Amino acid sequence: MSAWLDFEKPVFELEQKIEELRAQAQGREAAAQLGELERQAETLRREIYANLTPYQRVQLARHPKRPYALDYVEHCFHGWLELHGDRHFGDDPAIVAGLAFLDERPVMVIGQQKGRDTKENLLRRFGMANPEGYRKALRLMQTAARFRMPIVTLVDTPGAYPGLGAEERGQAEAIAVNLREMARLTVPIVTVVIGEGGSGGALAIAVADTVLMLENSIYSVISPEGCASILWRDGKKGPLAAEALKLTAADLERLEIVDGVLPEPIGGAHRDHAAAAATVRQALRRHLEALSGVPEEELVARRLQRYRRMGVFRDGAESPA
Amino acid sequence: MSWLKRERAGIKGTKTPGVEVPEGLWTKCDGCGEALFQKVLEEHLWTCPHCGHHFRVPARTYLGLLVDEGSFSERDAGLQAGDPLGFRDARMRYPDRLKAAQQETGLKDAAVSGVATIGGKPVAITIMDFFFMGGSMGSVVGELVARSIERAIDERRALVLVSATGGARMQEGILSLMQMAKTSALLARLQDQRLPFLSILTDPSTAGVLASYASLGDVILAEPGSLVGFAGARVIRQTIGEDLPPGFQRAEFVLEKGFVDRIVPRQRMRDEVSQLLEFFWRSTRGFARDGDGSPHAFHPHPPAAGGGVQAGPGSR
Ligand SMILES: [Zn+2]
Repeated sequence: MSAWLDFEKPVFELEQKIEELRAQAQGREAAAQLGELERQAETLRREIYANLTPYQRVQLARHPKRPYALDYVEHCFHGWLELHGDRHFGDDPAIVAGLAFLDERPVMVIGQQKGRDTKENLLRRFGMANPEGYRKALRLMQTAARFRMPIVTLVDTPGAYPGLGAEERGQAEAIAVNLREMARLTVPIVTVVIGEGGSGGALAIAVADTVLMLENSIYSVISPEGCASILWRDGKKGPLAAEALKLTAADLERLEIVDGVLPEPIGGAHRDHAAAAATVRQALRRHLEALSGVPEEELVARRLQRYRRMGVFRDGAESPA
Repeated sequence: MSWLKRERAGIKGTKTPGVEVPEGLWTKCDGCGEALFQKVLEEHLWTCPHCGHHFRVPARTYLGLLVDEGSFSERDAGLQAGDPLGFRDARMRYPDRLKAAQQETGLKDAAVSGVATIGGKPVAITIMDFFFMGGSMGSVVGELVARSIERAIDERRALVLVSATGGARMQEGILSLMQMAKTSALLARLQDQRLPFLSILTDPSTAGVLASYASLGDVILAEPGSLVGFAGARVIRQTIGEDLPPGFQRAEFVLEKGFVDRIVPRQRMRDEVSQLLEFFWRSTRGFARDGDGSPHAFHPHPPAAGGGVQAGPGSR
């Protein structure tokens, strides 16, 4: 399989060896050998995944086998009914939106959706939305608010789509309006960054009461490659830029931008979709429960406050530099 | 103004801003190639008398063109960026880059904030400065805009934001991105308060700033020819694999597509802003906190505006 990343290969090869041995070997000696190999694999996994570089996390966040929004929809909710279109221009398959139940609770689910193969990515543009995608998302979030339904958004996009039509139809305006309008929705909003949180295109569905990140997801103002091509004048310096940008889940928790980091199965969410989804479902349950009793006005005020305090600066008027 | 010469000559940051440039220095127009004397340019508010090209100007220069003379009082001038990421790129640390930009521009960061009057109407205003790290928005610019919005609400002023920016500031990473949410969320409050917000787009007004407050004005005015767009032209060209149509992402193109209200030449900007504020002033009886109880009532004699440097609006 070409889908394995370089740093995953040693583990993968060892696991393959174990599988082969298990299939053929019998007897006590083989069992001992198997046990030893499994211990080795475990140690190797722990070593590799405890010491991932930021850029390796970027690679995991973009892993072609990683669970996407609709995989979480399938595992976390039931009764999913997708709804389409922005009512002005068209439907954008880069964003999926619809109604579902989380346990017994009806929720509106919005997510950026990447494609599994070339054909699907032609349609979904790798999860990079056009303005009509953001407008569909807002339309349905406002519908949800009118019917007192909490909103769950799943972020997974390299960024808003940089296309001619996107510019003509007001990509910037669509994002800006979402930022302002999400700030005043009167229902709880929980966002989970499940893969790539690519800049304004991610934020446009992520103004929320609670923002969580999966352990190997990233969230950044610019892609490491984009940053590298500007500040290092070399797009191949992505690993350096990834380090400088502080874009991992742990970084964002430290910077107090996200409220929690959700652990992934060892090796990453792509190793076990169901287990990753179970963690997400549990977190959604817990956080929606915590938000469910908050009065509307307080909810909106708190959400504003959440973003109002973001920023790091000194005020020279108070303490001259 | 040393910046013009510096820009033309490609000299980096050797002159102190504000130092008088001897008369007789000339600049070649980017629009038509004509050689223009500094003095002539200044007389034309840094636009070309031949082709109308609008030169980029520093925030304080723009301020002088826009607000009533002597009415400006600066606010939050002490805000300075931190270095939350400990950012270092190929060439230098972020704090060093900041220091260089501060020395070059005489500003603490990429915007200037304060209160003023325009056409006698009280405004809270933030003007971005493209010459400070490309007018990029980090925590300080976000905070300046946020405080202007809050000041507009607290003091019943109109909000005027002038953009001149390449977008969010990479060196502050995710914190820069969050300034988009912070400012846009506060604009929801401003809307609830029925206070007018005029967004003025100058060259360039792009990326994260355009995708937040700059696109949210009740009225959006753009200078002729200014670059107004979300994604960079190079990235778009790479993505779609085609050349872009002529005039793409210029103010006139964006007007045609429906995302700005008017193209306003610099010479007319103060007048048009004054005129717009007059409409809102009258309809709200002087940006009143609660209208006057009758939202559709006509007031032939609205109260006079404050007018003074720090005077609050006379709305009550
Ligand atoms: Zn000219």
